[in-house]
Formats: sequence, structure tokens, C-alpha cells
Amino acid sequence: MTNAPSPFVRAALDAAAGIPATGIAWLDAARRENLDSFAADGLPEGRSEAWKYTPLRALAQRALALADRGAAGALAVDATRIALPGVDGDRVVFVDGTYRADLSTATTAGVTLLPLAGALAQNPEPLRFALANRYRHGAADAFAHLNAALAVDGLVLRVDDGVEIARPVHVVHVSSGGQADTAWHVRLLLDIGKAASVDVVEHYVTLGDAAQLGTVVTDISVREHGRLGLVVLQDASTATTLVRRTHARLDADATATVHVLELGGALVRHELQADVNGDRARFDSRGVFALSGRQHIDTQLEVRHQARDTASEALWRGIADGRSRGVFRGAIVVAEGADGTDASLSNKNLLLSGQAEIDTKPELEIYADEVKAAHGATIGQLDERSLFYLRSRGIPLSQARSLLTLAFCRAALESLPNEALREHLGDLLVANLPTGPAAD
Amino acid sequence: MHMLKIDNLHARVEGKEILKGLSLTVKPGEVHAIMGPNGAGKSTLGNVLAGRDGYEVTAGSVDFAGRDLLALEPEERAAVGVFLAFQYPVEIPGVNNTYFLRAALNAQRKFRGEEELDSMRFLKLVREKLKVMQISDELLHRAVNEGFSGGEKKRNEIFQMAVLEPKLAILDETDSGLDIDALKQVAEGVNALRSPDRSFVIVTHYQRLLDYIEPDFVHVLAGGRIVESGDKDLALKLEEQGYAWLAEKHPELRKADLTGVPA
Repeated sequence: MTNAPSPFVRAALDAAAGIPATGIAWLDAARRENLDSFAADGLPEGRSEAWKYTPLRALAQRALALADRGAAGALAVDATRIALPGVDGDRVVFVDGTYRADLSTATTAGVTLLPLAGALAQNPEPLRFALANRYRHGAADAFAHLNAALAVDGLVLRVDDGVEIARPVHVVHVSSGGQADTAWHVRLLLDIGKAASVDVVEHYVTLGDAAQLGTVVTDISVREHGRLGLVVLQDASTATTLVRRTHARLDADATATVHVLELGGALVRHELQADVNGDRARFDSRGVFALSGRQHIDTQLEVRHQARDTASEALWRGIADGRSRGVFRGAIVVAEGADGTDASLSNKNLLLSGQAEIDTKPELEIYADEVKAAHGATIGQLDERSLFYLRSRGIPLSQARSLLTLAFCRAALESLPNEALREHLGDLLVANLPTGPAAD
Repeated sequence: MHMLKIDNLHARVEGKEILKGLSLTVKPGEVHAIMGPNGAGKSTLGNVLAGRDGYEVTAGSVDFAGRDLLALEPEERAAVGVFLAFQYPVEIPGVNNTYFLRAALNAQRKFRGEEELDSMRFLKLVREKLKVMQISDELLHRAVNEGFSGGEKKRNEIFQMAVLEPKLAILDETDSGLDIDALKQVAEGVNALRSPDRSFVIVTHYQRLLDYIEPDFVHVLAGGRIVESGDKDLALKLEEQGYAWLAEKHPELRKADLTGVPA
């Protein structure tokens, strides 16, 4: 069955036609083939299991042009708008997907921070493995295809073997919110060397009110004994659509710890995938998604244990108010031979209104012996006894609700070692919490 | 002038009438003990006065220092000076005890139009009150009541009372589940807070707490009403003779009202 391409697909094909070839044969071929896949498969529909709870019918009707790179390159960005407490290392800024050299720094010894175009000009070969990916899952990979075809800008971050970076690197994605009905696409490649250590803060902000789409595909590689601490703060406007895929590959004895705070966005999808490939490697993820109004935020976590004595812990909290909808799928796959795996997954959710909805789905697939795996998911409401206890001491209802909601999320954020940043995330969360009486 | 005047109070819980015409007047500085068999409505009284959801007042009035207490939200009742020490203090993981108490005190002060306390002044206040209650400051760093022993929870209630300095404190079976040492500590805390401006309503099932907190008045709550009032000797008589003797004086009471066993 072949349908006419949707306005969304047609606009993407038009946008691709305007992108010049790089002259790197394998890269141009990959872009072309990914675009062909995107054109052939279109956006995923409801019958796709991976997108079952995140309908894209409205998005499919939107014809989004590429955000204008000239305007994005010239837009004034107030530095105080993007500064974060406790994040004082090098900074890389994209505005509507365009790398902004004037707002970015690269001063730390042992770290390479290059815009994608610059890295390709220097030596494309090390990027080939990631950038030549064809993504084989049809429509379920639609945004990966789209990003591969249209992301001309991006970042290559490399930490040399044995280098430990103390100050967190700040990667900022600014949506101008000034170019209505446009899309931008960014590709990130993080390569953490052997026994190297770095913290990266991925930060999403919006300046104006116009509706935009952003896609970000991130490939992470952590080599033997390497360590990555990744914090994702998504504080985009509620007019923004964001589709992100973060894929991490961990070699032996490597560790990656991800903390995610999803606050903004109209429609947000985050696919967080880890291949724990090396013995004794560890991948931990902790996150909070807090929704209100008509927001829709979908987190798809998949951790694949492929080696012996690996570990993963996933601890996620969701809060939904108003008429919002949260989606969480957490899958742990333990491959044959990955004996000694220790994996756990917890997703607890709080519904603050009668019209809000949360769909949570923990999955375990185990093909190995001698595995410790635990998972659980709950959906509940604020405890009336606790609310009354706080109020009986003089704390107003709205404040009592905020206090209990923050307490509910605390477990997911308290393990973040950067104290200043941790407190800031808590403050942002509180500022985003509903303060009115229960809307049910 | 009275501090609390409860007049002909009727209240329902889950459609069942529990309080059936309760009247009680408390003057500043007085300590009233309310005793009674199980199911008499003792805990209901505390919950109604504190404004808990699910307790429906169907008739009667409660005047607190000239205000209609029943018209106020729970947090407003706290701010005007009513404090309920819970029979079962709630554990609230993730909310720090000190943070909670400061938020509570400052919310009350704000409501009353008083200046909020900064953390320095608050800590100074807390240290003074800790001495009174003999509470280790380690408890302050933990989440509210989380992992506290039964005695620690009850002492924490009295400690909160010491910090919040209410005009009227209602102790809902604060003695239940306490061993004799914990009971003494709680009683000492309460006695340290007695003052000519502060009144107490002590709801208890047993006389033994009254050995340590001497009440001005003792009332028997049965069948949803105060049926007998006296001084501390009444408590001793109840301890010796139970409640059955009240049946002769109050033929309207059913047997179940005095035994606590449903008919």
C-alpha cells in the first residue's frame, strides 16, 4: 500500500534538495539512502509498537522548512539565558541547529570540541562508523533517517585516553522560537577515551514562542575504564517538538551515568539506548519527566547487556498534571552469555489530575543464566494523609503538593554529584510544578 | 473569656454519625483530658478540630478565640494557633524534617503578617527547643518521621509543637504505644510548654499519662458526647471502675457506647 507522502515528508524532501553534497562519497551516499528510507516509510503510525502511545498524525500534516541558517547564525543570544550553576567548562552552542563559534569555547587541554563540518574537513574516517549508519527499523527509525539526511551541523567531542576533565562541558541547543514552522537537526558524537572521564550537560532552551521541531541524534562511545556523566536538561518552550535519540556504547569497565530532567516541549520523544558491550561495564540512568497542560513526553529506554558482569540501574519518576500524557517504556535485554548481569529498573509515576495520563511499560528479556534483574512500575496519586499532615502544621495546600511532588522525584536526582546543578534542577522542577488545587 | 467553645457538635465519618452533640469549653491555660471507651469519637474530635477531609460536620459550632474554626482551612487553623499531635504521625520520605518545620513556621508567620525567619534565626530557635524535648539533632537531618521509632515520632510531634507555639494543642492518644520512659519524656515536654496563654486538650485512653500531666478537668466522651466531667479524681475512678457505672446515670447510652464493643 502506498500513500501519498504527507506534508511533513514532502517538506523534508524539499529541504534535503537544498543541502549541498559534502564530496565525501560514503557520507553523501548515507545521507541519500537515509533520505530514501524516510521517503519510503514516512512517519511511524499507531500500529508501530514503538510509537503506539505517541501519535504523529498532527505532525505529519505540518510542512516544516529547514530553519534559516543565516538568521540562526546572527541571532543575539543572552548568555545569562543559557548559563547554568555548576556548569563552568567549555560551552558549545547551537541556535536552530546552527553551530555558533562566537558563543562556543574550546579551551580545555585533552578535549577536542569540533563542529561536525570542521571534524569532517580534518579527517572524516573516524566518523564513518556513526555517520554511515543506515538504521534498519523502517518507520520506527524515521527521525534517525531524517536526522541523518538533514543534519549538516553537529559536534564531535573527543576526550583523549587517560584525561580526566573536572569542569562539565555545556552543550546548548537553543531553539530561536522565532522561525515559525521550521525544523533543525543536530548530530552529536561523543568519544570518551580509555580511562578518560568527562561530564557533559546537554541543555535545551527556547527563546521565542514560535513552534519548531528539533531532532538530535547522539552517539556515545565510552572506551575501557572510561567514565561519562551526562546530564540532560530539557527546558524548551511548550510550542517545541523535540525528537532525540541517544545511543551509548560501553566497552569493558566503562561507566556512563545519565540524569535527565524533562520539563518543556509540546511533543517530546527521547530514545535512550545503551549497549553494554564490555565486561564489567555499567550504565545507569535516572530521570524525571514533569508534564502539565497538554504536553506529551515519551521516554523510551533500552539497555542491552551484551557482556559478563555488567550492571545497570534505571530510576525514573513521572508526574503528569492537566491534560498531559507521559509515556515511559523501559526495556532491559540480557543477551545470551551475559552472565552475572545485575540490572534494575524502577519507574514510579504520579498523576496530579484526573485528565492526565501516564503509560508505563517495563520489559525484561533475559537470555542468560545467573542474572539479577528487577523491575517495577507504579502509577499513583499524592498521599492524602501526608498532605493533611503538612497542612495541619500550617503549610498551604499548594505548597504541600509541591513539597510532596518534589520529594517523590528526589530519588532520581539526588545521586547527581554536581551539587550546584542538582539544586538548580530541583528549583526548576519546583518552578514547573502546578501550584493550584487538584484539577480533577 | 474562652479559648475554645464547642457547642452541640455533630459530625459524620463515611456517612456514620460519630459525634452527637458534643459541647466543651476550654479557657486559656487550662488542661482538659478527654477519656472514653473505644469508638466513642475521641480521635474524630481531634480530626474535626484540625479540619481533616472526610469528617463532615452536620450541626453545631466551634468558636476559637472569636473565630468560626470550622470555616478555616487546615493550614489556617494551624496559623491561628491550633495544633494537633497525631496519634499516628505520618512518615514523609524525601522531605527533610528541618526544612518541613521551617516551611511550616514561616507559612504560619506569613499568614499572621509576621516576618519570616531566616535560617540562622530558625536554627537558633530549633536549638533552644531541642533542649526542652531532649531530642537529638540527628533526627532533624532525617526525612519527616521516616524510620523513627514510635517514641521518636511522638517526641517529634511535641517538638514541632514547641517550635510552632500554638495557643491550643490537641494531643490525640499521644501516649499510645509508648513505654514508660518515652511517656515521661513526652509529658515533660508538654509540661514545659504549659503557660497561662496555652491550652491543652489531651485525648487518651489510659489514665497513666495524667500521672505526669496533671489536668484541670477530666471529661468522659461516650456515644459521641461529653457525658461526665470532673477533676483528676474522675480519671482515677475510670481507671479503677471502667465506664460501665455511667450506664446508671445515663440510661440513654447504649451498652456498646460504654464498652467500645459494637452491639
